[in-house]
Amino acid sequence: MTEQLREAATAGGDVRLTGIGKTYGAFTAVQPLDLTVPQGSFFALLGASGCGKTTTLRMIAGLEEPTSGTVLIGGQDVTALPPYKRPVNTVFQSYALFPHLDIFENVAFGLRRRGKKDVKKQVEEMLELVELGPYARRKPHQLSGGQQQRVAVARALINHPQVLLLDEPLGALDLKLRRQMQLELKRIQTEVGITFVHVTHDQEEAMTMADTIAVMNGGRVEQLGAPADLYENPGSTFVANFLGQSNLIPAEVTGSADGSLLLSAGGARLAMPKARCATEASSVYLGVRPEKITIAGADSEVAEGRNRITGTVVDSSFIGVSTQYVVRAETGQELAVFEQNMDRDTRLTPGAPVVLHWNPAHSFGLDAAQAIDAGTGEAAA
Amino acid sequence: MSRIVKWVRAHLVVLAGVLALAYLVLPNLVVLAFSFNKPNGKFNYEWNEFSTDAWTDPCGVADMCGSLSLSLQIAVLATIGATVLGTMVAFALARYRFRGRGGATGLIFLPMAMPEVVMAASLGTLFLNMRIPFGFTTILIAHVMFCLSFVVTAVKARVMSMDPRLEQAAQDLYATPVQTFLKVTLPLAAPGIAAGALLSFALSFDDFIITQFNSGPTTVTFPMFVWGASQRGIPVQVNVIGTAMFLAAVVLTVVGQWVGNRRKAQA
Repeated sequence: MTEQLREAATAGGDVRLTGIGKTYGAFTAVQPLDLTVPQGSFFALLGASGCGKTTTLRMIAGLEEPTSGTVLIGGQDVTALPPYKRPVNTVFQSYALFPHLDIFENVAFGLRRRGKKDVKKQVEEMLELVELGPYARRKPHQLSGGQQQRVAVARALINHPQVLLLDEPLGALDLKLRRQMQLELKRIQTEVGITFVHVTHDQEEAMTMADTIAVMNGGRVEQLGAPADLYENPGSTFVANFLGQSNLIPAEVTGSADGSLLLSAGGARLAMPKARCATEASSVYLGVRPEKITIAGADSEVAEGRNRITGTVVDSSFIGVSTQYVVRAETGQELAVFEQNMDRDTRLTPGAPVVLHWNPAHSFGLDAAQAIDAGTGEAAA
Repeated sequence: MSRIVKWVRAHLVVLAGVLALAYLVLPNLVVLAFSFNKPNGKFNYEWNEFSTDAWTDPCGVADMCGSLSLSLQIAVLATIGATVLGTMVAFALARYRFRGRGGATGLIFLPMAMPEVVMAASLGTLFLNMRIPFGFTTILIAHVMFCLSFVVTAVKARVMSMDPRLEQAAQDLYATPVQTFLKVTLPLAAPGIAAGALLSFALSFDDFIITQFNSGPTTVTFPMFVWGASQRGIPVQVNVIGTAMFLAAVVLTVVGQWVGNRRKAQA
């Protein structure tokens, strides 16, 4: 089975979207966008609900007609083709298994529609791949959520699609099972080598599985890149806040030296590498991830050359592997700090004066013309 | 004492169930009992003597089996007509937005809400004015009309509760629109369609008022025959037919349940 799937994969599974957009009356669900998903990659469309990611996926599947633009799969223009003529298959949100058919017939559905006669061997092999062999004659409702999910994957993969589309396939599972299925899906993808396009609102899920993530917001692709790249070098406040958590400090550029920008924020003098600043503007946000900051009592020594801000602990919560602090900084913001629980400083209780410091190279710069709270979930949509 | 209270508490639901069942079935059992009666005189109201005469000669009464056959023919045709038409209407109302959709929904509901006698009289007037001769055709048209509402209501409820993603999944798995309808949509809507059809058959078979206003001189349905006979004394054979219908319905239900359970157990 794996061999046959590999053959299908090498048949060419590039997905190329050019200027594809979708409007419903006056509402724009997806702004015209260009996107190329290279063959054999695990590609994630990540964004909050209503950002246009599912609409984009459905336009690739043919379930939604684009208002503009074209969809190419493996070099073939499929824009005008109905879903049943496209070489793609979808794993639907909450699976959409046929309740009146048993597991075997669910998996065999695609083969039968294309007039394949001898489906028994293929279906059995496929059920073996997803470890559901003994369940062939059960009905979908007799299976657990995780098993149903695997049936949905099997039902799609058995058709050897050039591209597999996954629409929030793990949304209905509990946390533990979700982690397990993430690894399982990743394993299957690596094994069969088919292009996967995966829609999710869960940033951890996207980072765990995908080679490339496109972060979508308001019907546009906000930023595209490898998970680590997006996390370390967010290009907008939305990406900085949506992917993990960021501290954004409004600052003014006061000068530059040795490839570094010198900044002033409130009373503090800060620095960051010029290369890590995404803007030429003089008003910027200096961003730093909570885990990159070191927290210490106000009287501690701070090495020369580190960014340094003083403040007062507002809140601290112990969560096992780390302690999360909220610190009101001298610059006026509340900053989050994650500190690993190696040598816990018991004096760092709410009200304690502290000093925060971090390597300037761990800072990133964003244009201050954007909303500072975009993508936090608190921002007005 | 407390043991009695406990017993009553534990079996209260069963007790209520048995009482409700008795309430429903008792009239049928009386009909069954009196089908074995040999009445003294014209009226079959008092128990006289046990006999199987009526059962051995069910068609012994003039015109009765003819009217029964007519009722069955009309019921079958009306069920087919109302089910096919009603299913299509239900899909249209549940799936599509079009001008007059609200109005159509209201009108479909009307025959169920309107007093039957009013509808019967107005239909009769309509046929008269259109110079359509009263008979088999007019009865059939009338029956299809009032059965339609019930089919539409049953099928529409089913279609509305169906996940539209199932049909999208079918299309995604290479099913053409026709295949999607036959392999996914229709099987999923089947319970609603079956419910509508069964209801239609029962309603058409025992309708009296509407039939009375729209039948011709030679088209006497079974309910009309019973009504006519009751003026002169109902023959015992009517009880036989009634009992046979009741038993057929019971057998159908039991078999249906059994098949359903077997299917579940197999799966």
